[in-house]
Amino acid sequence: MSDWIEACKADDIDEEDVKRFDHGGRTFAIYRSPDDEYFATDGLCSHEKVHLADGLVMDDIIECPKHNGRFNYKTGAAKGAPVCVNLRTYPVKVDAGKVLIQIG
Amino acid sequence: MVIIGAGECGGRAALTLRDLGYEGPVTLVGDEPHLPYERPPLSKEAMTGPAPAIKSITSDAVLAERSIRHIHSVRAVAIDRAERLVRLSDGSSLRYDKLLLATGSLPRKLPMPGLGERCVYLRTFNDALAIRAHLNPKNRVAIIGGGFIGLELAASSRKLGATVTVIEAQPRILMRGVPAEIAAVIHKAHEAESVTILAGQGIEAIADDGKEVRISLTGGQQIVADLAVIGIGAVPVTGLAAEAGLAVDNGIAVDAELRTADPDIFAAGDCCSFPLAAYGGRRVRLEAWRNAQEQGALAAKNMLGAGEAHAAVPWFWSDQYGLTLQIAGLSDEGRSMVRRDLDDGAFILFHLAEDGRLVAASGIGPGNAVARDIRLAEMLIAKRAAPASEALGSQTVKLKSLLAA
Repeated sequence: MSDWIEACKADDIDEEDVKRFDHGGRTFAIYRSPDDEYFATDGLCSHEKVHLADGLVMDDIIECPKHNGRFNYKTGAAKGAPVCVNLRTYPVKVDAGKVLIQIG
Repeated sequence: MVIIGAGECGGRAALTLRDLGYEGPVTLVGDEPHLPYERPPLSKEAMTGPAPAIKSITSDAVLAERSIRHIHSVRAVAIDRAERLVRLSDGSSLRYDKLLLATGSLPRKLPMPGLGERCVYLRTFNDALAIRAHLNPKNRVAIIGGGFIGLELAASSRKLGATVTVIEAQPRILMRGVPAEIAAVIHKAHEAESVTILAGQGIEAIADDGKEVRISLTGGQQIVADLAVIGIGAVPVTGLAAEAGLAVDNGIAVDAELRTADPDIFAAGDCCSFPLAAYGGRRVRLEAWRNAQEQGALAAKNMLGAGEAHAAVPWFWSDQYGLTLQIAGLSDEGRSMVRRDLDDGAFILFHLAEDGRLVAASGIGPGNAVARDIRLAEMLIAKRAAPASEALGSQTVKLKSLLAA
């Protein structure tokens, strides 16, 4: 497995919100859940390649800002039309106030 | 289950019937040669993408796997309600238990003589291909109608280097459903891209010799173009329903469950008018992608007996250059407005009813700058919330916090 990479500070993301992280030519979305856990997925919606970091987080769901495609950001599961392809998820941990992501 | 119309709405209804576990026969009838596809890209990516790709919402393999029969390139010509039959243009007929009319809308025709083969409309993928063939730096394009389709096409035409003139009969572009402040932002963006917008100009005459179109305006000006695209609105396709004796009221009239007066016939999407619960049951007809999708799914549910009423708040968007506009709700229900400025020049206008209830939100900005707040506004509208003007107007107050209140 590859190294852990610092994506942002834990405080950079509000609870129940999302932030964009770019690394090595790839783009990701980092989430902070309402119960203060952190998660990461691919950044672009599987429907039309729109960045999910502009979307709305409600509970476990990230909603694409363009066409309201919904995913569970904890599992990457697509939650129905217009999205049908799951998002890839990545391991995340918080260490000394930093959010680290293993992008493999 | 028989579905007439294989667009976003009909396609979504067929797939939803299977999602809900229905195991009987499902037949989807469409008059185009294609699988159900998304129409929003037709004025945008289908014009400007490297190759004009169709964006299907399903595949032959999925339809086969889910036992959905798709009859394409065939029209429904009559409904025999007594026999529960739909007659098709190829002479065959289909028996139904429940029938969904998802017949969509067609471009409103410009009612004047002189139109020829260089005067075109945009509705289908094949229409898009025909228009795309003319969009290049050598050509002059006249767009008749400053609505969403016309303006999105203007942006696409500029991207491909064509010279563009937009002609609008109303005093400004986007008169229907878009506040003046937001229309002004879009107007400026087009002018910055060298589009000529001629508002308040009626058309006196058109002459199309098959190579060029000469458009004479009421102001005396004459526009000469290699192609004229007419985008002056859409009319619902209701003939089949009307001939079957079903009521038509600016669309096939349905109740909150999308059912016509015949309990076995439903209508959904662009072709129907329905009572909008969020606005006291006001009867509306929506021409919007998300509505087509949501109503297709809702009709499928109700064809299976769910009895669920339509509750969604209208929502639509438009992309032009780097700008995206999004509107939730019906802004004409508003009596006053509150403006919230966001980063990067983006802003949202909240439309409030007399009693302070939030009835619509219109936003514009680069990329998806307004998306999240418009989505939250949509939820506030659905809750019939009446947030304080000061809170709506202040960027430091999170809309999400108003939702919890």
